[in-house]
Amino acid sequence: MASTTASTRFALPPLLIRFLVIAGLVGLWEIASNSGWVNAFTAPAPSSVWKGFVKILAEGGLGEAMVLTFTTALLAATLGAVVGIASGYMLHIWKAAGEAYTSWLAALASAPLVLLYPLFLVIFGRNMWTVVAMGAIGCTPPIALKAKEGLDGVKPVLLNVGRTFNLTPKQQFWMIMFPASLPSIFTGIRIGLLFAIINVVGVEFLVNVGGLGQLIAHLGDRFDYPQMYAGIFFVILVSVAFFWITEKLEKWLLSNT
Amino acid sequence: MAEVKQAPVLRLYNVAKTFVTPHGNVRAVEPVTLDIRQGEFISVIGPSGCGKSTLMNIVGGLIEDYEGSVEVDGIQVRGCHKEIGMVFQEESAFPWRTALDNVTFPMEAAGIAKDERVRRAMELLHLVGLDGFEKRFPSELSGGMRQRIAIARTLAFRPRILLMDEPFAALDEQTRLLLGDKVLQIQQELNQTTMLITHNIAEAVQLSDRVLIMSFRPGRIKRVVEIDLPHPRSSKMMGGERFGQLVATIWEDLREEASKGLQELERVKN
Ligand SMILES: Nc1ncnc2c1ncn2[C@@H]1O[C@H](COP(=O)(O)OP(=O)(O)O)[C@@H](O)[C@H]1O
Ligand SMILES: [Mg+2]
Repeated sequence: MASTTASTRFALPPLLIRFLVIAGLVGLWEIASNSGWVNAFTAPAPSSVWKGFVKILAEGGLGEAMVLTFTTALLAATLGAVVGIASGYMLHIWKAAGEAYTSWLAALASAPLVLLYPLFLVIFGRNMWTVVAMGAIGCTPPIALKAKEGLDGVKPVLLNVGRTFNLTPKQQFWMIMFPASLPSIFTGIRIGLLFAIINVVGVEFLVNVGGLGQLIAHLGDRFDYPQMYAGIFFVILVSVAFFWITEKLEKWLLSNT
Repeated sequence: MAEVKQAPVLRLYNVAKTFVTPHGNVRAVEPVTLDIRQGEFISVIGPSGCGKSTLMNIVGGLIEDYEGSVEVDGIQVRGCHKEIGMVFQEESAFPWRTALDNVTFPMEAAGIAKDERVRRAMELLHLVGLDGFEKRFPSELSGGMRQRIAIARTLAFRPRILLMDEPFAALDEQTRLLLGDKVLQIQQELNQTTMLITHNIAEAVQLSDRVLIMSFRPGRIKRVVEIDLPHPRSSKMMGGERFGQLVATIWEDLREEASKGLQELERVKN
């Protein structure tokens, strides 16, 4: 007890440390850029990036682009969740297929599937559906993996409880297996949502169909680096915030259902 | 007491089981024949690995491939049966449901109206002594309370026969004694036919009308001990002279089997 109070007396709270480190890095960059240590054109100072941010927010269509990107990502993740959970369930009940395909699925989950975009351009054309499909492709493997993992991990005794209560197969799934594997399924959906955002922004960047990706691409084409960096940091920050919010949401949901 | 001899509620006739595994066959249960009357409390005691759970899972319908027959009210059954309820040794309360929603579970599955199932669940929670904990999740309760949820949930299924496979094994001694009293009280209030698996001799003597001693693997019923202690029972009787005699008798039989188990354990190790 005495030693912990002694050590915490001088320790800073972690949140403050985190903040200080970031503030330090930003400050350092500001100095480096202003004093000419780094090229101020390709690496503009944080202060001008901030001005760029205000500008794209006011007149560059950042708001609309974000709404489009996130609507697309959510649509993609919903699609991916339906397909992913269904595939996870198939891999769970069909043991042979599960053994045969799970490692492939894991490989697929870590592969840069965004590179498949030309194929989807041919199938869907240059429109939002290509982006949705690419997002869905990106998030299906992790969701399927996590769903299978959750379903495989349901404790046999819980299933036996259902059997002794004469549950129908449908009840056995919806009243026991599904809720029991929900924590794992949620984690899958959360990871999937992030993969969907990455793919959506990536494809938007590549094929000019609107959204944050296209915004960043256009700013880069115009060599407007302060605004481009503002866009990039915005995407990163929003993704981090998104991950954090869904994590909290998951904890809250699981403790209240 | 009825003067006509009552037909047994549960009858096992030559029930036996061999597990077929890649490493060879394991004879888990030798033919067991047994009648259990309405309202009777039976304990099965034996060294671990002697086939108690296997026997219980056969009666409960979780194992469907076995020799012999199981009859409920004179009718042969196979598979899970609405007259038989089970309580397991492992934690089995659903962590995503509150205490109340755990107990309403079997009634929900059976399509009983909400008001009715909540009313009955509240009664059962009261019976197992969990008033005031309806809204709590299992993770917020102690191991003993979680096991009481599981017992109440099984009772909500209204089984004629209640099977309990070492339901108190994971609990500390004090909790185990108090829960034993609770189970006795439930059994007396509901006249619940009960079959309990345990490896605790005092528990078996305290709770049962008859104690079946199983031999070391392959399990068969080595001996049946009638427990002639007066009713109603409670853990207070445990100091009595007759109680001590019964425990000693059972231990004598069990000791032989337990030491066989120990010897085999050592042989496997060496
Ligand atoms: N599913 C199974 N497959 C193969 N052997 C089993 C299986 N279940 C139990 N056994 C074996 O049957 C014997 C009896 O097990 P069990 O009924 O669990 O004993 P107990 O409950 O008395 O400790 C043990 O030797 C165990 O290894
Ligand atoms: Mg056992």
